[in-house]
Amino acid sequence: MAEFNTTLKEQGDISIIKLKGYLDAHTAPVLENKFNELINNNKYKIVVDFQDLAYISSAGLGVFMAYIEKVRENQGDIKLASMSDKVYNIFDLLGFPLLYEIFKTEEEAIRKFSE
Amino acid sequence: MKTKKLIVKSSTENLSKIRDFISENASKAGFSKDDIDNMILAVDEACTNVIKHAYKYSPDGDIIIEIKQDKSAFTITIEDNGISFDPDIVPSPDLQKYYREHRVGGLGMYLMKTLMDEVKYNSVPGRFNRVSLTKKIKAT
Repeated sequence: MAEFNTTLKEQGDISIIKLKGYLDAHTAPVLENKFNELINNNKYKIVVDFQDLAYISSAGLGVFMAYIEKVRENQGDIKLASMSDKVYNIFDLLGFPLLYEIFKTEEEAIRKFSE
Repeated sequence: MKTKKLIVKSSTENLSKIRDFISENASKAGFSKDDIDNMILAVDEACTNVIKHAYKYSPDGDIIIEIKQDKSAFTITIEDNGISFDPDIVPSPDLQKYYREHRVGGLGMYLMKTLMDEVKYNSVPGRFNRVSLTKKIKAT
C-alpha cells in the first residue's frame, strides 16, 4: 500500500502544498482533492514542494495538467519546487519545464510570485 | 533462464506491491539504481494502463507479471484478459494539446518506450493482451 500525504501551509496569499511519499494512480486523487479545495477557496497562487516526494508516475503528473489552466485563468500559477533529480528527470522527459516554472527551493518559488 | 511470477488483482492499490516485486528482482539481477528506478516506473505505467483501459477500473481482473532473465536480457511481461487496444493508434504525447484539453494520455506509453530498451505488444482480442518490457544486460 503506497503511502502518500500532503500538508498545506499558507504564506500571505500563497498556498504551499508539500508532498510526501509515493504519487501514483492510486494516490493521485489525494492531490486532486487538495487542488479542488484550494480552487474552491479561490486560492490560485500555489507552490508545490517536492522535497519529500519519493516517487511519481504519469498519473501524478496528470494532476498538474488538470488544474494549471484554471489556475492561470485566475491570474495564479502552480510553481514547482525542490524536486529530487529522479523526479525532475521524469518531468523533463515529458517536456514539463516548457509549461511550468520549476525552482530549486520553495523560497525561490514563493519569491517569484511577488515579482 | 530464471523466472519469477506475481499475480495481482486490477486495483491501483496493488501498484506498490508490483513496484516492490520489480525492485526486489531487478536488484538481485545487479542493475544500477537508475536502471531499477526506470524499470519500476515503466512497469507501473504498463499496469496503470491495464487497470484503466483493459479493465476500466474494475478491480476484479487479473494482472499477471512475469520476469524472465537470461544472460543478455531482463524481460518483464504484463498480461491481462481485459479489453484489447491497438498500441499503434496511441499518439505521442503533446503537452500543449493536453494543456488546452486539461487531460493527459499516452504519457505512460511514451515513458515505457523511453525508459526501457524494448517494448512489444501482443494481443489476441477476447483472450489476452501482453506487453513485454526488456532491459538488456550489458556483458561485463
